[in-house]
Amino acid sequence: MMESIGIKYIWLVPLAPLVAFILISLLFKRFKMLSAVTAIVSMAISFILSLDILRLVLTNHEITMNNPIEIAVPWIDINGLFIEAGALIDPLTAGMLFVVTFISLLVTIYSVGYMHDDPGFSRFFSYLGLFVFSMLGLVIANNYFQMFFFWELVGLCSYLLIGFYYYKNSAADANKKAFITNRVADFGFMLGIIILFVNFDTFNFGKLAEAINASSDLALITLAGILVFVGPIGKSGQFPLHVWLPDAMEGPTPVSALIHAATMVAAGVYLLARGFILFASSTTTITFIAYLGGFTALFAATIAVTQRDFKRILAFSTLSQLGYMVMAIGIGSLTAGMFHLTTHAFFKALMFLCAGSVIHALHKQDIFEMGGVFKEMKITGTCMVIGGLAIAGIPPFAGFWSKDEILLTAKANGFTLLYIMASITAFLTAFYMFRLIFLAFFGEKRSDFHAHESPLTMTIPLIILAVFSIFGGFIGAPFVEHGYASYVYFGEPHHPTPDLMVMVSSTLVAVAGIFLAWLIYIKKAISAEKIATQFAPIYKFLYNKWYIDEIYAWFFNKIVLGISNVFNWCDRYIVDGIAHSIAWIIRTSGYKGRYLHTGSLQTYGLVIFTAVVVITLFLAGPVVGGVQ
Amino acid sequence: MITLNHYLLLSAILFCIGLYGALSKKNAIAILISIELMLNAVNVNLVAITKFLTPGDITGQIFALFVIVVAACEVALGLAIVVAIYRDRSTVEVENLDWLKW
Amino acid sequence: MDLQVIAFWIIAFVTLGSALAVVYLTNIVHSALALIMTFLGIASLYLTLHADFLAAVQVLVYAGAVSILIVFGIMLITRGEGRMCETNTFGKYKYTAFVVIAALFGVISYFIIITPWQVTNGIVAEENMGTIGEVLFNNFVIPFELAAILLTVAMIGAIVIAREVKNLK
Repeated sequence: MMESIGIKYIWLVPLAPLVAFILISLLFKRFKMLSAVTAIVSMAISFILSLDILRLVLTNHEITMNNPIEIAVPWIDINGLFIEAGALIDPLTAGMLFVVTFISLLVTIYSVGYMHDDPGFSRFFSYLGLFVFSMLGLVIANNYFQMFFFWELVGLCSYLLIGFYYYKNSAADANKKAFITNRVADFGFMLGIIILFVNFDTFNFGKLAEAINASSDLALITLAGILVFVGPIGKSGQFPLHVWLPDAMEGPTPVSALIHAATMVAAGVYLLARGFILFASSTTTITFIAYLGGFTALFAATIAVTQRDFKRILAFSTLSQLGYMVMAIGIGSLTAGMFHLTTHAFFKALMFLCAGSVIHALHKQDIFEMGGVFKEMKITGTCMVIGGLAIAGIPPFAGFWSKDEILLTAKANGFTLLYIMASITAFLTAFYMFRLIFLAFFGEKRSDFHAHESPLTMTIPLIILAVFSIFGGFIGAPFVEHGYASYVYFGEPHHPTPDLMVMVSSTLVAVAGIFLAWLIYIKKAISAEKIATQFAPIYKFLYNKWYIDEIYAWFFNKIVLGISNVFNWCDRYIVDGIAHSIAWIIRTSGYKGRYLHTGSLQTYGLVIFTAVVVITLFLAGPVVGGVQ
Repeated sequence: MITLNHYLLLSAILFCIGLYGALSKKNAIAILISIELMLNAVNVNLVAITKFLTPGDITGQIFALFVIVVAACEVALGLAIVVAIYRDRSTVEVENLDWLKW
Repeated sequence: MDLQVIAFWIIAFVTLGSALAVVYLTNIVHSALALIMTFLGIASLYLTLHADFLAAVQVLVYAGAVSILIVFGIMLITRGEGRMCETNTFGKYKYTAFVVIAALFGVISYFIIITPWQVTNGIVAEENMGTIGEVLFNNFVIPFELAAILLTVAMIGAIVIAREVKNLK
């Protein structure tokens, strides 16, 4: 049953983009189209192999979540530290591989159109290759160490791509912010896996799962779980380490679509799913994850309502949706979380690519300077509306099914507070997304611009993604037999019974959000300015993103720098002082001592022979004294 | 009867005279001369020890030969240096030659 | 009194006496002449030690070549200004050096005397020049060649160092 090209050549899945990266960065830098074609071909190879793995997993019912295929070779074997490099194939991996390679391929094709005037064209494609390699390495990892390794690599690629326009100060600042914020989180992650290794003596997911099941040390599991969860808090932008993601929008838009919406930021959720047993074994950890995710979802949605920048709104929307996924994992449904990850990858990549298309045409990002773009960009506009309907959760679009499953699980598992928060978030999501669409694509022009539809390399990926955003949800819809839930699950597959009440209420909430946006921004029945002035403190609070950045700035300027100053003083005057005084003593004694050097050879000779006499007498003292 | 000790003491006196000259004279050529005395004292030592301790062997004489070769080189170079210094400073009194200091 | 013993004492007195003269005379030319005497004395000392070849070398190299070289050196650099008796005076360490060297001599002679030398009274060949040749070209051929190179290098070096420096603008 192993006769699958995908399994046989699994190592080629991550390696093909790496080869592309090396070829482009070393050889093809001067040839623009050759670089692009190399990148696209490598991604296509990965995509086809991933499709074959997916086919195998779908048709072969022996490969399940509890019975994965594992291929591994020894990587590091030093005196008790044994680390493998390997691949773990189960439906979770197969689904994630499909999503990553699919979106990567589309985004790479799209980039050919988006980046074609850019001087860093080839550099862009080489970075994309490196990123896809890292991301796929992360996805197929069979142990925490390999995952951490690639986790850092995707962080590096994210850094490189956010700072792609490195000559812009804002981009340089943003990539530093992203890197440093992630460093804080990765430190926690690293501590977590070190604790796991020290206690269970393995990094392997399967062996760790057995060890954790057998372990009775709940405090240890909780500590390790929360530390490992710190990694996703950073990478998947959960409160309070979300600050880097909105700034990451400084990168080129295809990057925002690929890395900062569809794949890399979802790596945190993937990690939560992959190591689910670790989190699920401790009620404290899993509850913490659930409430943090729920809070992030609501928190980011409230900020998105007030933002003006096209991409930033999408960034906050991404944060909010990531919160949803984390919450889904936290309330115990790996299925719902990963399902939402998949559909979100489709529609959020779609919306970012639409944003890229609009920015490419208009060279503007402020939605209040747009308006009426739909008339000139019909394909982009239609795709954007499809994406908006999908994220808002209008049936039968993809987002409806996955969001519905999360809400359903929250209600069924008794998390009433989270259910209410998630519903409010759904309302806000529909509202801000259609605020964006109405302001940017409809109404009258609010500034002077000439829009034109983007080239085919950009619109075709949009159309493909739009199709997936419409129909992608059916893989997990309740009426589909052998749907998503029968492949990706934890423990035993369980299908929550469809609850018509939840479906209807979530649809109503979404429709209400869209209607409110319509009232304010199209009908102008309610004045947005009036609301803003009436609730000025709240508006300012939200507009400034809850002042999180300012709190960090204050914390670093006052507290960290204050403490640093104390250490600086100690270092400068005490540590350096000791070192300097020792040097001073030696230097001064040298200055004074050099007067002993008369420069006269005869003096030196005299001293030498005096020493010869003295030393001989000293050494031969016993003999001379007759002791023998 | 003349024993080894006679030769060794003779050589020691000669060595000390040479050393004394090297440490106390002013003239650079006198110092070179004194060094020749010291080298000769060493040669006497080598030959005498070979003769009294290993009569059949002549390694000591071979060594003395090599010392003579080195001494000849040393004299030639030493005098060349003295001449060069004299050209530069118009003096060869070692008390005036104190560049070897700070 | 054996003839050998008498010869040794005479040679010893001549050698040490002229060595002292080398150091104590204040005219550098006199010192050089006394040096030749010392070299000859040492050559005779080699004869008493049955080292004929070495004695010949001593006369040729030291009493001949080195002495002439030194005399030339003196000639090149001594500006007598009519006061040749002040050309070879003592420096500031006349007495200090004496004390130190007396102590050194005490140490050396003490060790010479207390060392139990393993003297063997073997027969020394009357004529050993042939043996020296054999040993020199068999066991010591590499040092021999190196000595040749050293002499060449020293000769070139002496020429380079002593050559008049042309004024380079």
